[in-house]
Amino acid sequence: MADPMRIRAALAGDETTVRVLMSHPMEPGTRKDASGALIPAHYIKDVEATVNGKSVLKAMFSGSVSQNPFLSFKFKGAAKGDKVTVKWTDSKGDSRTDEAAIA
Amino acid sequence: MNTTRRDALKTTGALATLVSLGIITQSQANAAVTHDSFHSIKSLEDALKAIGGQPASNDQVSVVAPDIAENGAVVPVGASSKLPNTTEMYLIVEKNPTPLSCAFMIPAGTAADVQTRLKMGQSTNVIAVVKADGKLYSATKETKVTLGGCGG
Repeated sequence: MADPMRIRAALAGDETTVRVLMSHPMEPGTRKDASGALIPAHYIKDVEATVNGKSVLKAMFSGSVSQNPFLSFKFKGAAKGDKVTVKWTDSKGDSRTDEAAIA
Repeated sequence: MNTTRRDALKTTGALATLVSLGIITQSQANAAVTHDSFHSIKSLEDALKAIGGQPASNDQVSVVAPDIAENGAVVPVGASSKLPNTTEMYLIVEKNPTPLSCAFMIPAGTAADVQTRLKMGQSTNVIAVVKADGKLYSATKETKVTLGGCGG
């Protein structure tokens, strides 16, 4: 549906830093279009990142997170080459999963 | 009539959410905030109630936000906590129509250090609230916004 997420995961010492750029309109449901009609809400609600089957972050977003959400976080315990999987689910029930290897 | 039924259902839904919020806060469930509660939170007090109480300001918690945001639609905001056992982090944009912006559940092994980008409608306080060892702590930063967050 949407464009793929851009995920960069880099290991420095024992800590992996993950930066994700998701592609999503993130409509809060309070904006109006040119004719004055309310644009319906459509935004990512849940994000989960897993590495080697273990959840490393869960996030809940609202419509006040910027369009094309950016997310950065860090965790320990992974090795170069491990896959970081990020999944988001939005307010319409759509979801998207992408992964990247830790560099 | 359809409208009456819809209104009745809406009220019931809202009431149910409030009741469940109350129950959840009292019984100290793992995550005190559910998705339904985000929308019904219209003020800083509501946000703090949903999160589970009044946080204590703590200098081990920090919120990173610009002094001046030129574009309120995309403001880089970060929250970090040096407190051990930080399990939850919340970002609140005080003057937004729905102040509770996002929540992060931090498992063991993940740093209490997250960054994202938020919409800000106007100059406001950005508040990071974290839960560490079951207690709430916060940090606040004022960000001035020159061009508001939703194209306004």
